[in-house]
Amino acid sequence: MNTRIAYIASNTFREAVRDRVLYNLIAFALLLSGAAILVGQISIDIEKLVVINLGLTAVSLFGVVIAIFIGIGLVSKEIEKRTLYTVLSRPVRRWEFIVGKFFGLAGTLVVNTFFMAVGVFAALLYVSHKFVRADALILVALYFIVLEFLIVCSLSLLFSSFSTPLLSAVFAFSFFVVGSFAEDLRGFARMAHGVTRWLALGAAYLVPNFSALNVIGSIAHEQPVAAQLILQNTLYALFYAAMVLSAAVLVFERRNLK
Amino acid sequence: MAAIDIQGLEKTYMVGFWRKQPKCALHSLRLTVEQGEIFGFLGPNGAGKTTTLKLLMGLIFPTAGCARILGREWTDPEIKAQIGFLPEQPYFYDYLTAHELLEYYGQLSGVPAKNRKRRVEEVLRQVGLLEVRGVQLRKFSKGMLQRVGIAQAILHDPSLVFFDEPMSGLDPMGRREVRDLMEQLKLAGKTVFFSTHILSDAEALCDRVAIIHKGRLRGVGAVADLTSSVQGKVELIWQGTQVPASLKLLGVECHLTGDTVRAVVAENQQDAAIDALRRERLRLIAITPVRTSLEDYFVEKLRSAETTAGRTA
Ligand SMILES: Nc1ncnc2c1ncn2[C@@H]1O[C@H](COP(=O)(O)OP(=O)(O)O)[C@@H](O)[C@H]1O
Ligand SMILES: [Mg+2]
Repeated sequence: MNTRIAYIASNTFREAVRDRVLYNLIAFALLLSGAAILVGQISIDIEKLVVINLGLTAVSLFGVVIAIFIGIGLVSKEIEKRTLYTVLSRPVRRWEFIVGKFFGLAGTLVVNTFFMAVGVFAALLYVSHKFVRADALILVALYFIVLEFLIVCSLSLLFSSFSTPLLSAVFAFSFFVVGSFAEDLRGFARMAHGVTRWLALGAAYLVPNFSALNVIGSIAHEQPVAAQLILQNTLYALFYAAMVLSAAVLVFERRNLK
Repeated sequence: MAAIDIQGLEKTYMVGFWRKQPKCALHSLRLTVEQGEIFGFLGPNGAGKTTTLKLLMGLIFPTAGCARILGREWTDPEIKAQIGFLPEQPYFYDYLTAHELLEYYGQLSGVPAKNRKRRVEEVLRQVGLLEVRGVQLRKFSKGMLQRVGIAQAILHDPSLVFFDEPMSGLDPMGRREVRDLMEQLKLAGKTVFFSTHILSDAEALCDRVAIIHKGRLRGVGAVADLTSSVQGKVELIWQGTQVPASLKLLGVECHLTGDTVRAVVAENQQDAAIDALRRERLRLIAITPVRTSLEDYFVEKLRSAETTAGRTA
């Protein structure tokens, strides 16, 4: 990798750590251990189901919130505070800055997700006292969650490169919510007619398809995930994030700094 | 090869709520700075100095025109390794320490890893921040940030530096140090291009200056040449409380402070004024030339520009 991108990425990671972003892990740990202890007292059959469902959903939500809250400031805050002046007056290309920021944020989320995953497995061990083969499916769900984060990171960065943090947050959350229902939206769109159909289809395919990336429900019931879906989701997420990042670069390359 | 060759650089901002109203901050600027010069870019606030520097750094894009820096297109990213930039009122990542920031900027500028630590310490010492190198920048005062700004601009040993208002936010000692530093850079064969709105900052230091006002270049040359057209003034101080009648006749304004009188007279009235004091046997304490401030220079220059414009109309 281009060394400047690596330096920018690691500085972005350092900023997140110093801004105490990883403290969210404490809240996550409290939530998860509280839930594990609680369901451990109620029933035998569904406790595992609850821990997996709740744990993975929390991993996803915590991560999305972090991705959006850091991502929306990554470019606009640097323009606002003028910290960019002394970066872009060095041999740093504007696209390198965007890509470096992306990898820094994505790296932060991967590290955060790693610790959360450890927490989920610990909670699982606590309620069921052993691991079974099917628990490996949790890793697939976690992988999909990371793919989801890549898309959310790229979107936040895109909005950050032309909009204020507040508006960027609104845009990013809207994309996240609508994207979570992307498959329903596609279904509705196909039932419509005429211009509405094309507009709805366009919108349904424009938002990221987070429903395809969400396998939490099915793996909690120990249903296997097709290898084809893993490949498909990987390609989709990488392609989507790359497209959005390219758009962010295009916007940022033309932007006059304040 | 000139260090900087600005060819008709122009910037119009769109202002107003709908960004429909054009506001020309820089009118077709043509300017050449030679290598090894200390070049002062002077103008009152809002003249277009920062706009020019931001254009040259590629932070904003010109409406028209182009420039060459060190013989290359100014948009060429490669030249950035050879130039240093101190922005106006600089601000940095405040979660980093001074040392970490410079280390990071050294990485971005391609300073080889084996020299980096030594070089960072060297510039920290040069700007007097070695003691506080481990302190987070959020705890730094404005003057200290200005010093960090200078350190990061010279960190990678550039052959051309751009300083935007380098003396602002500094105490008299700091200003002196910055002046010395610019002289050292010149001695080392570097080119220094800096902006200021204070003429005296430039006077002793610059080989040449350019004067810009309302986005238009008003003159380029040595400071003395530019200000020679402006009428000089002299301040006279004498003992006593008396003002000779002939001085009053000259229309000189006198200020009484304790048992001395202070008067400012035009240079060509100086002799007449001194003669008048002698005749009255008043004891002269001091004669000091009054420096023309840039503001005075502009008032003078603009007034003459307006009257000539009025005459031709
Ligand atoms: N982003 C901007 N949008 C609109 N007008 C601007 C902007 N930046 C600067 N200006 C205007 O351009 C003129 C020149 O500003 P500037 O270059 O900052 O002056 P200086 O640095 O000489 O004090 C000023 O009138 C200023 O108001
Ligand atoms: Mg300025």
